[in-house]
Amino acid sequence: MTRTDPRPNWSSDEMMTVAASRALAGRTACFVGIGLPSTAANLARRTHHPDLVLIYESGTIGARPATLPLSIGDGQLAQTADAVVSVPEIFNYWLQPGRVDVGFLGAAQIDRYANINTTVIGGDYRRPKVRLPGAGGAPEIAASCREVIVVVRHGPRTFVERVDFVTSVGYGDGPGHRERLGLRGRGPTLVITDLGVLEPDPKTCELTLTHVHPGVEVDKVRAATGWDLAVAPEFGVTEAPTDEELTVLRQLTARESADARPSDREGP
Amino acid sequence: MPVAELSSLSEAVAELIRDGNTVALEGFTHLIPVAAGHEIIRQGRRDLTLVRMTPDIVYDQLIGAGCASLLVFSWGGNPGVGSLHRFRDAVENDWPVPLRIEEHSHAGMANRYAAGASGLPFAVLRGYTGTDLVRQTATVGQVTCPFTGEVLTALPALNPDVTVIHAQRADRKGNVQLWGITGVQKEAVLAARASIVTVEEVVDRLDPRPDAIVLPWWVVTAVAVVPRGAHPSYALGYYDRDNAYYREWDTISRDRATFEAWLRTAVLEPVREAG
Repeated sequence: MTRTDPRPNWSSDEMMTVAASRALAGRTACFVGIGLPSTAANLARRTHHPDLVLIYESGTIGARPATLPLSIGDGQLAQTADAVVSVPEIFNYWLQPGRVDVGFLGAAQIDRYANINTTVIGGDYRRPKVRLPGAGGAPEIAASCREVIVVVRHGPRTFVERVDFVTSVGYGDGPGHRERLGLRGRGPTLVITDLGVLEPDPKTCELTLTHVHPGVEVDKVRAATGWDLAVAPEFGVTEAPTDEELTVLRQLTARESADARPSDREGP
Repeated sequence: MPVAELSSLSEAVAELIRDGNTVALEGFTHLIPVAAGHEIIRQGRRDLTLVRMTPDIVYDQLIGAGCASLLVFSWGGNPGVGSLHRFRDAVENDWPVPLRIEEHSHAGMANRYAAGASGLPFAVLRGYTGTDLVRQTATVGQVTCPFTGEVLTALPALNPDVTVIHAQRADRKGNVQLWGITGVQKEAVLAARASIVTVEEVVDRLDPRPDAIVLPWWVVTAVAVVPRGAHPSYALGYYDRDNAYYREWDTISRDRATFEAWLRTAVLEPVREAG
């Protein structure tokens, strides 16, 4: 691949966030997890989609935070929201019926069939090698949103053949599994990473590389994936971030960085 | 005039919370009853079943101090920072005492409190299906809808012995008002056998506020005035979240000795003046 500018003025994380933000085009409401998904959703609201309804599981509907929230329960989410409801209500009345277009999730591990683990890594469940925070709202977001977008950095310890614990169901064991389980949302339709974009194959449900970000070789994505990654025959190259996207994203994260270390951010 | 008892925090905890109790200190990022958690540590409660949707650093502190033998939860972390090191040390290494866990999702926990508040034996929801929580958590069942035949997830109601929350204010009769993100606090109080509410202040009259919840005096067992009782979380209209404290906790809690030194100087030795 030849590039006119071999040294882009953006980072792979910025590319990932921009790609995730663009994926929200045409959606009405987005159930947002904290961290990378929240950054991307707020970028979308500040660039191409000012009317995007952000829903946080703390019960804030239509939040318009001026800065990136550090946790899903920040005061500015309540103060800027169209409505603030209780936690039972946000899950029962808003998420469960399938009212929300898109759920935006992160992952500690994700597998071939887009199942997500945020619970334990390694060893036995009762005696894990690493104890992670757990499920939070993710299992029901993954089940009930009409579709799910996963934003996660690519790496062989993250993209594994089989997750150590199924916290949130993607396509389970493969075709037909969601239907057999009675899950009503479509499941993960996009997995956006710092290297490219994966989508489930329509027949096999297996995550397949459909886009690489500019300057990323397919072999690099394969090496960062813990299974034999399928590549779409005509994969695309993501459009590089525009100046506007980068400017707005950097304004967002600059205001945040005074208060938090973005790389460590995660939330309930 | 019957009133919710206006008492000191230490009296309320001493009177209502016993070793072996099931205790929920609820708060969803906002209004977390941290001072009450510290009082439970000071009084040396043991073998508690601690319940919380989002156990964060005050639960890390209670666990590290050896107060808990079982944690019922759905997301355990230091929001915006990372892991809870005392929680992990207890789960991974049994330090200072073994900690069993009963793990759910947020939707499940919220519905379990709502069922408890409603006087129902179980909650019903669409959730957990296909996840490994079904295999690992004994308190996940199924129920068949008698009208449609659809199989749904059933979870037992949560009815804590004591629920503890923090609120912005109460009046002199003990009516409690909280606003902003109110999480699952109303359900957690109504599900419990007894409740302790710490408040920023007591006022003569609770003027109405948009989106505020009022818990009437006759469903609240004890009210204690504890200004900044939610620090380092925040109380909307009173003070902001102390994000630096959450970051510092990551360092303090990583190491057992550092944690124990912190516990002595920050919790055990100071006697809270707010009598």
